[in-house]
Amino acid sequence: MVKVLKAGLYTTIQDLGRYGYQEYGVPYSGVMDAYSASMANILLGNNENTAVMEITMSGPTLEFNCHTSICISGADLSPKLNKTPIKINNPIPVKSGDIVSFGKHISGFRCYLAVTGGFKTEKMMNSHSMYQGITKQPLLFKNQELIIDATLKDFDKKHAAIKINTSHFKTKELEVFKGPEFDKLSKAQQDLLFSQHFTIAKENNRMAYQLLEPLENSLEAIITSLVLPGTIQLTPSGKLIILMRDCQTTGGYPRVLQLKGASINILSQKFTGDSIRLTLKE
Amino acid sequence: MTYELRYKPYGERSILIEWPAVIDKNILSDIIRFKEKIQNSNIKHLVEIKNAYNSLLVVYDFYFVDFENEIKTLQELYNQITPDTKSILKQWKIPVCYDTLFAIDLEEMAFEKGLSKTSIITLHSQTVYTVYFIGFLPGFMYLGGLNEKLYTPRKATPRLKIEKGAVAIGGEQTGVYPSESPGGWNIIGNSPITFFNPKNDPPCFVNAGDTIVFEPISLKKYKDIKTLVDAGVYQLESEVVDG
Repeated sequence: MVKVLKAGLYTTIQDLGRYGYQEYGVPYSGVMDAYSASMANILLGNNENTAVMEITMSGPTLEFNCHTSICISGADLSPKLNKTPIKINNPIPVKSGDIVSFGKHISGFRCYLAVTGGFKTEKMMNSHSMYQGITKQPLLFKNQELIIDATLKDFDKKHAAIKINTSHFKTKELEVFKGPEFDKLSKAQQDLLFSQHFTIAKENNRMAYQLLEPLENSLEAIITSLVLPGTIQLTPSGKLIILMRDCQTTGGYPRVLQLKGASINILSQKFTGDSIRLTLKE
Repeated sequence: MTYELRYKPYGERSILIEWPAVIDKNILSDIIRFKEKIQNSNIKHLVEIKNAYNSLLVVYDFYFVDFENEIKTLQELYNQITPDTKSILKQWKIPVCYDTLFAIDLEEMAFEKGLSKTSIITLHSQTVYTVYFIGFLPGFMYLGGLNEKLYTPRKATPRLKIEKGAVAIGGEQTGVYPSESPGGWNIIGNSPITFFNPKNDPPCFVNAGDTIVFEPISLKKYKDIKTLVDAGVYQLESEVVDG
């Protein structure tokens, strides 16, 4: 069992998401940065879809009441084990009574903490991913007790040599495909999308990231249609909105671009004020 | 009848199929027919299929991308003549209490339109609505068929909190809020029914293509039904209609 002593800014349990329920209006949810979350799981020898803790910017304080192994990947938020700094992307054994905490923000925005066997929170519609109205709790809270498998088995050291792709955190380039309404944009608008830098606006969360720079726009709303995480919508006022994992299943704004899956992961590590560029994949 | 469809790759693992951009019951029937054909086909690597007013999105497995080939398979499937299997569509009778306790915008709507509250309720409850799809919120039905006399612009400032079950009108649409949510529609009643329950599989009793009618009920009946719904023993009335 893991006891939450402090919940942190925005901490949830997520797996790879809830599939097969979009026709009932249920968002996919799931880890924002699937690359980093999978890294933490793989390093521990877990299946990629194992439920991990998604930590945003400011981390929680956790008390472990059993023996297990953990691995932290993604954003570097200066993790500590009993106040001693620990490495990220490295499986670490913890024992009963140990306390994991986080400190200064070094890089990235979302950090993943995996435990051997995963967090055994309630499974709703085939997924552990927390979402308001689907799981009992949308967020981790203080004094919550999370069930995990106690294990005395030593972790598999052979994975310890996996190399992390550092450009995942550094690159500003997001690769996109044309969206269903891309061809309705003027040539000038299309060129602007790929020639300028965009800044992440303060309106960024698990549902969507807004971009600060508007794109002059005369496109009308469309008849409500289907959207996916990674869809870039253009509002009548010219705002560009990039839908993320918790996005609604349908939307009425023109869908001008669609992010590559890997670029959704990259964007999940960006936050307010960061700069990005869009590159078209044919 | 068949339509001229457009097939577009959507990201790395989905195909968007588009019908003419109009809201039309015949298009919905064609979309649902095609959706069922795909579901009953032996196309592999399908994750899910969802529809909206004039489109269908087919989502494949993460690692499976050969668009040209997939689109061809879908086109052949669409044009395949299959025995006319009528899908089982249901008509649901949804109890709604239009009491002033819930209908916080009814008075103003009646005043604006120069109609009595009773005639608004009558117009709203005498229509058979078609469920085009579920979206926006888990369990939120996009309904077609609202009487033109009831078209009402959305509120200039959305409310931060609309109660679960609120029956409302926004622009040319009417709907029921399946859960508490912010929203800008005009509220004219409340239904004691639960439209989305994550513990049920499927989580919604309604499917795209079904129809619903709103049945006005008294505040007393609302409370009785609510008690039964909360106890998990309420049986909603429905009948099978021709698909």
